[in-house]
Amino acid sequence: MTDVRLAWIDYVLMAIYFAFVIGIGVALKRFMRSSADYFLSGRAIPAWVAGLAFISANLGAQEVIGMGASGAKYGIATSHFYWIGAIPAMVFVGVFMMPFYYGSRARSVPEYLKLRFDEKTRALNAISFAVMTVFSSGVSLYAMGKLFKLLLGWDEDASMLAAAGIVLAYIFLGGLTSAIYNEVLQFFLIVFGFLPLVLLGLKDVGGWAGLQARLTTRALEQGYAPTAYTQSWAFMDEATRNPVGVEWFGLAMGLGFVLSFGYWCTDFLVVQRAMAADSMTAARRAPLIAAIPKMLFPFLVILPGMLALTVEPRRASAPPGVVAASVGIVPPKIADAGEIIRDTNGRPVIDYDLATPAMLAHYLPSGLLGLGLTALLASFMSGMAGNVTAFNTVWTYDIYQSYFKRDASDTHYLWMGRAATIGGIALSVATAYVAAAFNNIMDVLQLVFAFVNAPLFATFLLGMFWKRATGHGAFWGLVAGTLAAALHHGVSLPEGAVVGVKGGFLGVVLPPYRSELAQTFWTAIVAWTVCFVVTIAVSLATRPRPDEELGGLVYALTPKPAEDVGFWRRPATLAVVVLTATLVLNLIFF
Amino acid sequence: GIGLDIRIPIGAMFALIGLALAGYGWMTSGVNINLWWGLAMTLFGGALLAPALLKRA
Repeated sequence: MTDVRLAWIDYVLMAIYFAFVIGIGVALKRFMRSSADYFLSGRAIPAWVAGLAFISANLGAQEVIGMGASGAKYGIATSHFYWIGAIPAMVFVGVFMMPFYYGSRARSVPEYLKLRFDEKTRALNAISFAVMTVFSSGVSLYAMGKLFKLLLGWDEDASMLAAAGIVLAYIFLGGLTSAIYNEVLQFFLIVFGFLPLVLLGLKDVGGWAGLQARLTTRALEQGYAPTAYTQSWAFMDEATRNPVGVEWFGLAMGLGFVLSFGYWCTDFLVVQRAMAADSMTAARRAPLIAAIPKMLFPFLVILPGMLALTVEPRRASAPPGVVAASVGIVPPKIADAGEIIRDTNGRPVIDYDLATPAMLAHYLPSGLLGLGLTALLASFMSGMAGNVTAFNTVWTYDIYQSYFKRDASDTHYLWMGRAATIGGIALSVATAYVAAAFNNIMDVLQLVFAFVNAPLFATFLLGMFWKRATGHGAFWGLVAGTLAAALHHGVSLPEGAVVGVKGGFLGVVLPPYRSELAQTFWTAIVAWTVCFVVTIAVSLATRPRPDEELGGLVYALTPKPAEDVGFWRRPATLAVVVLTATLVLNLIFF
Repeated sequence: GIGLDIRIPIGAMFALIGLALAGYGWMTSGVNINLWWGLAMTLFGGALLAPALLKRA
């Protein structure tokens, strides 16, 4: 892959981007007068800006590279991560949950948990979230260093430290506003950087019909029906009939409900953007505005992966063995010693993560290649910045102010926010180096975080819509849900996996899952259900808070938000439009 | 937002990148996605920048 060569124009485009990113931080520094300015953007962000930041904070490398890889691996069924795994949850948080987050004047999601439940529930969420954000940021940084070394031969240390330094500069100076402005900039940059790949790729293979025809061959080779890679729902009746290896219930309940609502409705990383909006209506519209580009993103990030499988390599820039083992232009995984990694049947293991980078190298000449690589860098940086801004807020408000220094001046908390930004970046860099040295430790940590996240939405759902839910119920529900997730993972294993991080460490009791995704979805379902049941049981056995303390925190005790905008701009109207469009997309690619 | 119209930095950056890309496309035309995509980006940047600057004027 290191045959990608950059011309002077490519470096010029990257330099312009870096100059503007830091320039935004410098320009915003003088507006950061209070901790509310720094952590909450002074609650002055317009709905469309908050909406684009809401989607862009999630538009990290996992999305751009990972969804391209999934597109190559699973085909158009990857769109489930959007059309069922994101849009309904984004509509729900906008219409039903933002009134509580925004109306309660909570400064963070953990603080909402304190207001609604109690201190121990907030502490559990705040500490696990703070650790997770730093971890995610570090892993993203490590992945960036690794990818740019592979693509361009750049020194890993230099590229990781440079990216971390730039993110540090603009967040240190301009706080959340700087992150939000840069996320909007990065959103447009990613669209302009990746759209040419889709347009050129489709033109090359003969449009959607040509892509379908080429993927038919691939589907038949893999033992699926001819249209298994180009229809998203038709083969979901059984896990064995589709490339994802999941049946419809596991998909709809595990991904469409538990995991997606757990992420989009409770993860402070994205909710923070909507909480910075300039009014209640703007805060509710932000996730709904974000849902519009989100539903179109499969065409931007999944299609390049699907196209990469079907495009003919133009010239043999890699060793003949690697070219022969590639699928389309997606190369096989190569071991450190240089030989091709093969599975137990002797077949090459395809490196799907390189599908989108391979498309960049294949179609883009110098100039546009620089733009595409800058967009790739932007995706890594926006993911990292999102994590760091969420970390510095939770650290300052939910940990430092709560447990270390309760009654300091606002200037002190503003100073602490900047210190936490430096600390968050330093910890991210340290995590990146740990990831480089001990890959397996990272896998285990990622697994633990998945266990912690899986039950979260049950706690919020009961907290917001059942006034009888208590702090003890919420806390023990979360603990039980997390343990249930670990237990389910420990007694299950996907087909072909070995006992260990992939599961089965408590002894394989359940029949093997068709795929890792199926196991993940069912782990989430088990965790959510246990959390839901335990929260209700413990709540019924403990004393609830009086109604007068729950105004603005629970649906039944909160006045409905006033509609201060015209019919077409109301959240409910926007929600109907978004859900209808999503349904149409599901039907088109059924 | 909080004091800086977001359309100014974003519009300026896209106009500048677009011009650089289109210029490079024009330079390499005889050696053309750089030219056309660069012009599209310049137009997008200008469409964001112009109303924001007019509002300030």
